[in-house]
Amino acid sequence: MAVTEQTRPQIPTRTPATASTKRTRPPIGLLGIPIFVAVVIVLWLIWRLTADLDSTELVTMNWSALGSALVQHIKLTVVGTVLVMIIAVPLGVLLTRPGFRRLSGPVLAFANGGQAAPSIGLLVLAAMWLGFGFWTAILALGVYAILPVLRNTIVGLDGVDRNLVEAGRGMGMSALTALLRIEIPLAVPVILAGIRTALVLMVGTASLAVFINAGGLGIYITTGVSLFRPGVLVTGGVMISSLALLIDWVGRVLEYVVRPKGLR
Amino acid sequence: MSDTLSQPESTTTTTSADGVTGVDIELIGVTKKYPGQRRAAVEPLDLHIPSGEIVILIGPSGCGKTTTLKMINRLIEPTGGTIMIGGQDARRRNENELRRGIGYVIQGGSLFPHLTVGQNIGVVPGLLGWNKSRTAERVDDLLELVGLDPARYRDRFPRELSGGQQQRVGVARGLAADPPVILMDEPFGAVDPITRQRLQDELLSIQDELRKTIVCVTHDIDEAVKLGDRILLLSEGGHVEQYDTPENILAAPANDFVADFVGAGSSLKQLTLTRVSEIELGSHTTAAIGEPTDAVLTRARAAGDDCVIVLDERRRPRGWPWLRELRNSSTIVDPDDDDLATVDRRATLNDALDSMLTDSHGAVIVTGRRDEYQGVVDFTAVTEHMTAAAAQAAAEVDAADSNPSAEADTDDQPDQAAI
Repeated sequence: MAVTEQTRPQIPTRTPATASTKRTRPPIGLLGIPIFVAVVIVLWLIWRLTADLDSTELVTMNWSALGSALVQHIKLTVVGTVLVMIIAVPLGVLLTRPGFRRLSGPVLAFANGGQAAPSIGLLVLAAMWLGFGFWTAILALGVYAILPVLRNTIVGLDGVDRNLVEAGRGMGMSALTALLRIEIPLAVPVILAGIRTALVLMVGTASLAVFINAGGLGIYITTGVSLFRPGVLVTGGVMISSLALLIDWVGRVLEYVVRPKGLR
Repeated sequence: MSDTLSQPESTTTTTSADGVTGVDIELIGVTKKYPGQRRAAVEPLDLHIPSGEIVILIGPSGCGKTTTLKMINRLIEPTGGTIMIGGQDARRRNENELRRGIGYVIQGGSLFPHLTVGQNIGVVPGLLGWNKSRTAERVDDLLELVGLDPARYRDRFPRELSGGQQQRVGVARGLAADPPVILMDEPFGAVDPITRQRLQDELLSIQDELRKTIVCVTHDIDEAVKLGDRILLLSEGGHVEQYDTPENILAAPANDFVADFVGAGSSLKQLTLTRVSEIELGSHTTAAIGEPTDAVLTRARAAGDDCVIVLDERRRPRGWPWLRELRNSSTIVDPDDDDLATVDRRATLNDALDSMLTDSHGAVIVTGRRDEYQGVVDFTAVTEHMTAAAAQAAAEVDAADSNPSAEADTDDQPDQAAI
């Protein structure tokens, strides 16, 4: 999954002797996705502005309704991911420390369960327990998306060469300094890949938030299906998938920018 | 090399003389036992590492050499015993502060890939709270010391360096805070043989200058012989088989284990330890250019030589003709032999022997300052020297055996009792 993709982006090194032999073009994925999304959005806009819409369609697809649904959807995704990061990254760090390592099995099993459970079921169960609304949706989405971040944090930290950590300790770094200056920077690419996966999962799953009255672009899917309006349905589909692709793209760019220079 | 090898005894008691910047390390009854293992990884080990020397820990895998090394900076906590570094008990000190005062060099350099060369070297100064300009100055000094141009390499990342360069940076990083003690764990294990040789030579010249106390783990007996002022040969369980100078270990192995480990060709290895200047040079009939041939022939016959070495006016050897070649002219002419093989008096016996083997005289001319003729070395001289060295080493080891307080042997008795 995402873990394996992180080795792809490259930039020319700063070594003059080898610069000419290394690839100088930017990674194609980083340019292709926004172009593709832009084309799809333009096609949709042309259709939206020229099609002969009936009154129901005009009401559901007016610009302000579309805008607020989009904003709600992004809010669900971003707030959910930030909360997942705040919980899963420190938890992953803790679970790779000696003494807590034996807990990583049970915790990962729980996180696995969260992802394996149908997200719609999670959402409805959470709503029955906590009532409808935004924060309930965030909780359910968070449980669903915690696994990739947690697992990648653990995998990323475990993947750091033990010799490097020992070198740091042997030079007089405390355990905390070694964690902050060696382990985490070296694990950043893998952790970021996990966060990107979580973001993409969130965008898709946030479409279900509409069932517990938490808003989002999912409204266009349900309306389109229940009222037999293919135009509305396609609008929802285009919006959600474009958003997912764009967020994935932003994640890739971030990964590329944040990755320590020496590792690029 | 001859400098570091010729003065181990003289520096054992003085810590400040001769520019020695290292300190003594004393291991007293140090043990390491892992829970759930019947045999100790390191049995009670007593060891004195004199200041300013390179001590090599060597032995087969599982002999506890790396464990012993890591107990000195407490990356592995000893189960029992005391480790004194420069007269201070290592276990009473904060482990992080202790380690900042001990250089640590690891196989392949183990540089942090996300930090530049300069940042890598500056890690320990940073931990010690040096300010930026002092650290930067130190980084440049060290890069110069290990033979890397600071302006060119300071801001590079490790993956932009070759293996040998990474290892150099690793050594520089170990020296960063000018620690009195440096621990090296198979420092040159990951580079090709030619680079390794060059790095070893560089380490020796750095050590000539700095005189640190260096403890180095290796599995390569040739590296041990080359680098070590002393070699500690361990067998399984950290059991000391022999702790002595390379010369004595090669010439007089304490037991079959040592002999097996040193392996065949220990005499050949010893040849690389001895300089031509250390053995007595044979004299030979010489002739000056322009001298009457008859006088030279008479002199040569009287000395029993069937060839003469022709020297120019500054006593530089020009050729080594046989007597029959001289009879053609009445005075000695300049033979101007371009292929004449000579060795410098600082060359090793190995180099001398190499020249002898390809020369028809069965000997080689030794030159001194400004290529001035000094004498000749022949096969007999080399073999006599080797025999004498072996006898002397055996006598030294015998003397140490009969004297329980000799440092090379203190740990032997309790160990054998423990088994």
